[in-house]
Amino acid sequence: MAAEISSILLLFVVLGFAVLRPRGLPEAVAAIPAAAIVVASGAVHWADALSEIRRLAPVVAFLAAILILAQLCDDEGLFRALGAVTARASRGNPIRLLTMVFIVAAAITAILSLDATVVLLTPVVFATAASLGLRAKPHVYACTHLANSGSLLLPVSNLTNLLAFTASGLTFGAFTLVMALPWVAAVGVEYLIFRLFFDRDLGLGTTVCGQPEKLALPVVAVVVVALTLAGFGLTSIAGVNPAWAAAAGAAVLAVRALCRRTATVKSLVSAGSVPFLAFVLALGVVVRAVEDNGLGSAIGRLVPVGSSLPALLAVAALAAVLANVVNNLPAVLVLLPAAAAAGPGVVLAVLIGVNVGPNLTYVGSLATLLWRRILTRNNAEPQLGEFLRLGALTVPPVLVVSVLALWVSLRMFGG
Amino acid sequence: MAVLIWVVEGSWPACVDAAGRLGWSGDRVMLIYVREAEVTAAVAGAYAGLFGRGRPARDPSQRLTEASISVAEELLDAAEARLGRPAQRLIRTGRIEREVVAAAAGVDVLIVARDGDLSRLGPRSLGRHTRFVVDHAPCPVLLVWPRIAPSVESIPPPPDRPPGQRKPGRR
Repeated sequence: MAAEISSILLLFVVLGFAVLRPRGLPEAVAAIPAAAIVVASGAVHWADALSEIRRLAPVVAFLAAILILAQLCDDEGLFRALGAVTARASRGNPIRLLTMVFIVAAAITAILSLDATVVLLTPVVFATAASLGLRAKPHVYACTHLANSGSLLLPVSNLTNLLAFTASGLTFGAFTLVMALPWVAAVGVEYLIFRLFFDRDLGLGTTVCGQPEKLALPVVAVVVVALTLAGFGLTSIAGVNPAWAAAAGAAVLAVRALCRRTATVKSLVSAGSVPFLAFVLALGVVVRAVEDNGLGSAIGRLVPVGSSLPALLAVAALAAVLANVVNNLPAVLVLLPAAAAAGPGVVLAVLIGVNVGPNLTYVGSLATLLWRRILTRNNAEPQLGEFLRLGALTVPPVLVVSVLALWVSLRMFGG
Repeated sequence: MAVLIWVVEGSWPACVDAAGRLGWSGDRVMLIYVREAEVTAAVAGAYAGLFGRGRPARDPSQRLTEASISVAEELLDAAEARLGRPAQRLIRTGRIEREVVAAAAGVDVLIVARDGDLSRLGPRSLGRHTRFVVDHAPCPVLLVWPRIAPSVESIPPPPDRPPGQRKPGRR
């Protein structure tokens, strides 16, 4: 009983620190001591903690490789070039620009992960809209939405995907095949709702004369990304861990950057976000402690079993609610053991819930929103009512349609 | 006379041209552009929602803030160039409609362009912010069409019954 309460308390401390980030300290500063405490206090046996870390280590390494790859692509100018291509293709028409932004953001999120879309693509999209003399809001909001709902396709698209991928037992290729239809459905529904919601903002044309600047796509970066994608497929068929394909892609661009002195070893390591990786491992240990001490069986009773459509919808809804309460990373860590026992269909439904759910607010969870409002005492924070309305309009339809698409996919491919 | 022109992407040339047609000699002309804080805040929130990655140096909303400042400058450069005479430039940040209304206190005319549904004449031709400004402006307002205005035929026809006449069968 004491172990149960203390581990839940520690989890809240870790999550609270991650939300507030006092003095800008990395989240690992709270997570690592918390993990040490749960092991030392016996809330989780050290052998279990070690096995949890061993289970999460390849996931974390995979993610590091993708983060480094995305950063190197940015250094090569891939995102700026994508902005220029989008600007020329849209020819000043805001609706065409929105369509191009949807295509580019969905592709970038799928291949280079949502981190790349939020950190690297969004400023480029803003600059592109501004350079065309158009209002940036619909296009920037599209990026933030697609960073979540566009991350369903590949295991690399999101850390939650990587965790679910290892728990589901599917191969890289099978995962992609089953999630292809839900991904297309989610992006399609978002597009329709965006077109209707921003109807007025998209009605005004551009006032800028002249052609946008012409930037060539960096050939090396595009080729390396394409080969990495192919590598994912090949390693999947060969039965090798696809993390090696990501590592190879990142290594090729890294060596090139080091030779050209556009990057240093230090900058590469920094791009890999070591404190974040440590945070994920430590969080995994703390969540394991919480589950081993009672919450695991409680969650197991809550998770509906079976891959009928109502069961999948219920699972996705539960996952979306939990992701909004505690943020999607802890939510997926908590739900996965029970979901994995129920089969890959349930795991993928959990994934849809935790990936699409965060679009309800602009900070990924209501808990984060509330804590920021109450505790940062910064009353100058803008209200963002429009964003919240947009979230309320998009999340339920996207959830329902993607789960429906998942159900169809599972029946087609025998999930 | 003090003239305030509200510069918005996509519709500002019409406002500037309307100001030119007013004709002035010693008038004071001001151009106002409001940077929308919501967009930057949404991006900052999206980054904060990336649980655990938080390193302030990588926050994309910093880049966005810098970009939006240079967007504002460029837009006002273009507006002033089209105006053809020096103008006072006001760049504000916050809730668009309220900043414009606040800046309009004490001016002699505020020039605003319609930015809603421009396909027909009607109240839908005003967007949310423009509607607020038109309703709450503390000064005379000149409301212009950013493009050629739709014809008067685009107004829906009046209902068949004259007002006040009851439907047959009701007492």
